[in-house]
This record gives sequence, C-alpha cells and structure tokens, in this order.
Amino acid sequence: MGDLQIKKESKKYDAVIVGSGAGGGMAAYVLANAGLKVCLLEAGPMFDPKKDSNQLRNPWESPRRGAGTRFRPFGDFDGCYWGWEIDGEPYTQTGKGPWKWEWWRARMLGGRTNHWGRISLRFGPKDFKRKSIDGLGDDWPIGYDDIKPYYDKIDRLLGVFGSNEGLENDPDGIFLPPPKPRLHELFIKRAATGIGIPVIPSRLSILTKQINAERGQCFFCSQCGRSCKVYGDFSSSSCLVIPSLKTGNVDLITNAMAREILCDKEGLATGVSYVNKTDMKEYQVSGRTVILAASACESARLLLNSKSPRYPNGFANGSGVAGKYLHDSTGADMGGIIPELFDRKRYNEDGVGGMHIYSPWWLDNKKLDFPRGYHIEYGGGFGMPLYGFYWGIEELNGAYKINGKQKEAGGYGISLKEDYRYLFGSHIGMAGRGESIAREDNYCEIDPKVVDKYGIPVLRFNTSYTDYEINQAKHMSETFSEILHAMGAIITYGKDNGPKNNYGLHNPGNIIHEAGTVRMGNDRKRSVLNKWSQAHECKNLFCVDGGPFVSQADKNITWTILALSMRTSEYIVDQMKKQNI
Amino acid sequence: MDRRESIKSIIIGGLTISALAEACNAPDKKGAATDHPNVLARRTFDFNRMPEELEHFNRIKDLIFFNEAEMATITILADIIIPRDNVSGSATDAQVPEFFQFIVNDMPEHQAPLRDGIKWLDDQCMNRYKRPFKDCRGYEQMEIVDLIAWPDRVKDKPKLAPGVAFFNLMRNLTATAFYTTEIGVKDIGYIGNTPNQWNGVPDDVLAHYKLAYSERELKECAHYS
Repeated sequence: MGDLQIKKESKKYDAVIVGSGAGGGMAAYVLANAGLKVCLLEAGPMFDPKKDSNQLRNPWESPRRGAGTRFRPFGDFDGCYWGWEIDGEPYTQTGKGPWKWEWWRARMLGGRTNHWGRISLRFGPKDFKRKSIDGLGDDWPIGYDDIKPYYDKIDRLLGVFGSNEGLENDPDGIFLPPPKPRLHELFIKRAATGIGIPVIPSRLSILTKQINAERGQCFFCSQCGRSCKVYGDFSSSSCLVIPSLKTGNVDLITNAMAREILCDKEGLATGVSYVNKTDMKEYQVSGRTVILAASACESARLLLNSKSPRYPNGFANGSGVAGKYLHDSTGADMGGIIPELFDRKRYNEDGVGGMHIYSPWWLDNKKLDFPRGYHIEYGGGFGMPLYGFYWGIEELNGAYKINGKQKEAGGYGISLKEDYRYLFGSHIGMAGRGESIAREDNYCEIDPKVVDKYGIPVLRFNTSYTDYEINQAKHMSETFSEILHAMGAIITYGKDNGPKNNYGLHNPGNIIHEAGTVRMGNDRKRSVLNKWSQAHECKNLFCVDGGPFVSQADKNITWTILALSMRTSEYIVDQMKKQNI
Repeated sequence: MDRRESIKSIIIGGLTISALAEACNAPDKKGAATDHPNVLARRTFDFNRMPEELEHFNRIKDLIFFNEAEMATITILADIIIPRDNVSGSATDAQVPEFFQFIVNDMPEHQAPLRDGIKWLDDQCMNRYKRPFKDCRGYEQMEIVDLIAWPDRVKDKPKLAPGVAFFNLMRNLTATAFYTTEIGVKDIGYIGNTPNQWNGVPDDVLAHYKLAYSERELKECAHYS
C-alpha cells in the first residue's frame, strides 16, 4: 500500500480510479466489495484521520496560533492539504470580465472530504427538472426517483443526522437524531421563524449515535474540519477508502498525478498515465474501465489533455462540452453581535463541527427577481480562540455599554481585558449558499501556454455571474439584515453589501462546490456522459465527481456525488457481469 | 539556567508597566540579548505537517526581524495593552513579544506596518521628549499612547492617523497572541476542546434567557446519559 510502483506491462485492473475523494472513494468501495480489482490513483499522500488528524490540539500548540497558510488556508490544524494555491501547479484566467474563478484543490487521500462541512442534503424532485420549471439551464436525464434508493443506502452506510419535515423539495432521509440547538441558535430560530423563515435541524454526516464497530460516536469537539480520529464523521479516507483497502482488492498509489487517459484504436479507454511525484517519472496503469473522480475541473482537464487521433478534441469530447457549464454555489455572508448574549455564563457548547440548525429555501421564485433559491447556514457562540480572535475590537468596544458603562472605542489595559471577556460568545454569522445557473460560457479550458511542474498543461478559467446571481445575493443580504434586526443584533460584517460589491457575492469557485464540467444528458451533442455517468463516446469511461452535474441545486453537492457514484459503480459491476464492458 | 531560559529572563523579565519606569531610567541594559532568538519557533511541531509546511517552517524559524530596540518597544506596548490584573497575567507572561518575532516572518505583511509604526512612535517621542519611546519615562509613554489608543478622539487629526493604525494593529496582534495561550484561554473562559456529550443548553441558562426547547426537540434530539 502506498508506494507501489507499476510498470507499463503490469497487471490489468478491472478499474482505474483517478482521485480518492467522495466520488472516487465510493467507487473504490463499491467495486472492491463486489470483488473487482481496483487501482486507485491519488495525487497527494496517504492520510488516515485516526493517526493524522490535528483534533483536540490547543491554539498555543501552533506557533501561528491556528492561522491559515497557503498550505492550509482554513487554518493550521485544518484537515486539508493545500487549497487555493498549490506550489508548482498554477491555473490561469481568461481575464474577460471582473470575475475570477477561485479553485480549491486538495492533495491527499480522501481529498477535501477530510475537512468539509459535512452538510449532507439530498437534492429534491424539482432540482432535477429546473428547466421545465423556469426555462433556464437543462433538466437532468434522471429524476429524484432514480437516485432516492442510493440516498437511502448512503444514509445508512455513512450516517447523517437530521429530522424528517415532509418538505416537498428537501426530501426526508434515514436520519440519526440531531443535536439540540445551541443558545445562539435558539435566538436565531426564534427570530427567523418570527419573520416567516423556516429553521430546522441541520443535516450533517456526523454520528450522534454509533452505526458500526469501525466508527466511533461523535464526542462533540466541533472540530470536524480537522478530520476525526474516531471516524465520527464522514470522510472518504476513513469511511470508504481505508475500509476498501481491507478487502485486499484495491491497490492505492499515492503521489500519483494523472496526466492522460490512454486509449486503443477503437477509442476504448485502456488505462491512465501518471507522474510519480516522488521520482518524477511517468508510469502507466491499465484497466478494463477508467473512472474519473479527480474533481469536476481536474476530470475535465484530464479529458481535454487526452488528445489522440481518435479524440482530437479531448477524450470522449466530440460534443466539445467538456469543461463547459462550470458552476459553483453562490455565497454571501453577514454577521453581528447580539447584546443579549453579552457577559454570558461559560460552559462547553462546542457541539458538532458545524451548525445544529439551518434554513432550507422557503420562497417561490415566481414572485422574485431571480431564479433558484438558497439555504442559510448559521454560526456563532463560544469558539476556540485562534489567530484573529476579536480582531477589530476597536469597532466594538465603544459601541455598547460594557458592564453598564459606556466606554470609548479602542483603549488598552485592564479595562480592555474586561471588554474581551464581556463580548466573548456574543457573535453570530450567516452564510447564504444558493444555486447559480450552469451556463455554456462559464468554462475551463487548457491554457496553451502554461504547464505545471509535472509538465501537464494547466486549466484556464472563464467564469462570470449575471444579474440572476447578483439579485439572489441581494436577497440574501436583505434577509440576513432582517433576521439580525429581529434579534436586536448589531451587524459587524457584511453591512456594506450593496451594488458596489455585488451584495457580497463571492467569486465563483469560492464556495468550493465545483460542478458541471463533464455533464450528463440524453443528447450526446450537448453532454459528455449519459444518465449513468458513462461517456457517450466511450463505454468504459465514467466520471463520478461533481463533473456529471447538470445543475447543483441550493444544496451542498457531496451527498449527491456519493449517491451518483454509488449508482454508477453498481451499474459498472452489473455491466461487467453481463460482459457489456 | 540554560541559554534559552536566560535569554527569556532578560527579554521578558520585569517588563510589566510598573517596572518599566524604573527600567527606562537605567539607560544601559544591553548585553546578551543582541541575538534575540525566535523562541516560539524553536518549539518542534509534534502534529501533522506536510513536508512543504515543514520546509517553510524551517526556513523562517531562525529569522530575526525585530532588533533589540524594536523588541523592547513591542514588549512595553504589549504589556500596556494586556497588563496583569486580578484574573490573569500580562502579555509578557504569555510570551506575546516572542509571538511578534515569529509571526512577522510567517506573515511578512505585518513587517512594514509594525516597523514603520515603531519608527513613527519614536519620532514623536524624540520631538516631544528627546528620547525614543522605550527610553521615555512611564508617564511620557502613557501620554503618547493616549494620543493614539482612542480612535474616536482623533478622527479629525490626520497627523495621528499612522499612530492610530499602528496601535490598532498592536492591540489586535497582542490580543490574538495573548488569548491563544493557556493563560489567555483560561482568562476568556473557553472551556471546550475536550470530549463530552452535548445535551443542550444548561437548564439555568435557558431559564435566564426565558427560553425552552420545544416538545419535539426534547423528544427527537440526541440525548445522552
């Protein structure tokens, strides 16, 4: 395991999977448990949360006190290697328009699932048929009924807490009990429901109850972002890849940067070539099927870089669609402090890693000036002090009476120490995460002039937002203001959201839900994959990351990546049994 | 006393506010501290690091950005911002000055604002008191600090803006450094980061805010005994 070196004439696997995140991990798990021989390529090193997590470290153990670096943008203890930049692996922009694509890349076993927010939402029936509803984008070639059995299976296999609410487009699931709301969440719930915004228990893949002998129950340290030593939350590393290695059917090759999909004269995929990052030499591994799960953009990059006489436009890309329809969730944020929560009694309210409540989309777009909805994520409470702790106190401590006294902003000394104690635990934050329209003119392509340090041509991005997304962000900002106002809160960030900053709408890519670049469809001229995530032009090539998504709803995409990957993997097992591939 | 300890006592020792006036009156306290080590960076990591992270850390850990005079200034200011009180210790008790020496090499964007700010402060003190800040008497230091520590007082005095910006940065970095140490975490009262079972907001807290869980929450939410 780990450093297996494979020469060109090595054994032929049933499947070569590129990438070990949610999609690749699930494919490895299903295929290996069906007895198929799998080679799993991962561009980063081995990572086992049991040994490698920085869970329960104290802030002073980090000389930078948990601050982010370019190696770990979400903080020094975070469970994700790399992020917005990777040394020696650039990406570029076409530079048309004001928007830049921000590309998050993880390089490690399990990919970004080691640190993700564990928000595990099913797409609803409407989410697969949006064009039929509002005329924009495209319908999926499948519907909720096609994917529901797989959502059910992954709920049971991986565990997710939540509550059954009977909402039309936020389907119920097989849920573990949710944790009770924290204090600030009770305040939010009261304020938001008071102005007609629903607030329900969040749906996170965290084990509030043990579900099997291999994984422990959550012990409420709130640090899922660091990955979990007892496997109490879902990561592809802990819950899919490491268990699949135990079957003996998976050869994992780490530090393997895929370069190209190989094919024969008939255009069938024969394997993958990769650069071993340790010796910088090129290797080839062959398989009866090739499954791309390198992330939506990396999988598109692999297709576009795999040119041959059979596929002059990139592998299985006769349609020219590979790389197009790239889209992310929209995002805008706002936060403040709640005077009622000043000078709080101290107790441990860490809870799970993330919010205990959230607001699913609740409005009818027919009455709004934008299509598609968003959900609201909430944060706040007593957090571990880390780099940036109450940064900007000079904006806060003159704005309220502290222990009954009106003070001047700024200051120093014993009085300042009193201010920090008084304010601690009174912050709340809100983040809207919405659906953008997948468009053909939002794309990634190969930059003809730039290669990475492995000599592989890199991606160039061309993405922008329209009034649809900007109006949606405006609506988010207005809603956040209303909720904060209803709580008697004072807004501390996001208050300047307006036309000048597109109402706080983040750059595309910033929300880290990349999808759509290898989309599925019934029309082979307008899609790369069929409804099984199988290439129209090559029956033994599949893609199981965010690439196949036709649209991505106002729901975080991981649970759907997992469900689609399981569905495709079972299809592969079935097709192999029938000797169709 | 090993070398590290002895240097620590020279740099940190006695630089609380009350001791400062005295120290400032003793003009020549130079000596062994000329090669001030980056104390925090000398700690070894025992948690998960990529090779690239270790390489970066090893590259910066021995760098010394602030000279002795600058460190003395930072130390005085840090202890003015976070002095000892009846709850917890001072900035120097929590090795806040050492954090400054480390963080400016890890986050070079802080270098110029801090160095230029110290220079600004010294220039002001030279004009007023004919001495750099660190050599001023305690009451002189407090006089100049009071000019820049209260942003709302001097909004119409653009000449003081660089000093206000510098002191804001000093305040924020000092607080970040202090409240992320064992002393600071205990002071602020963060009592998490330990395995536990979440059964909801304690009853007395709910009562204080006149809140209650709904029947459905009590019935359906996770409960541990």
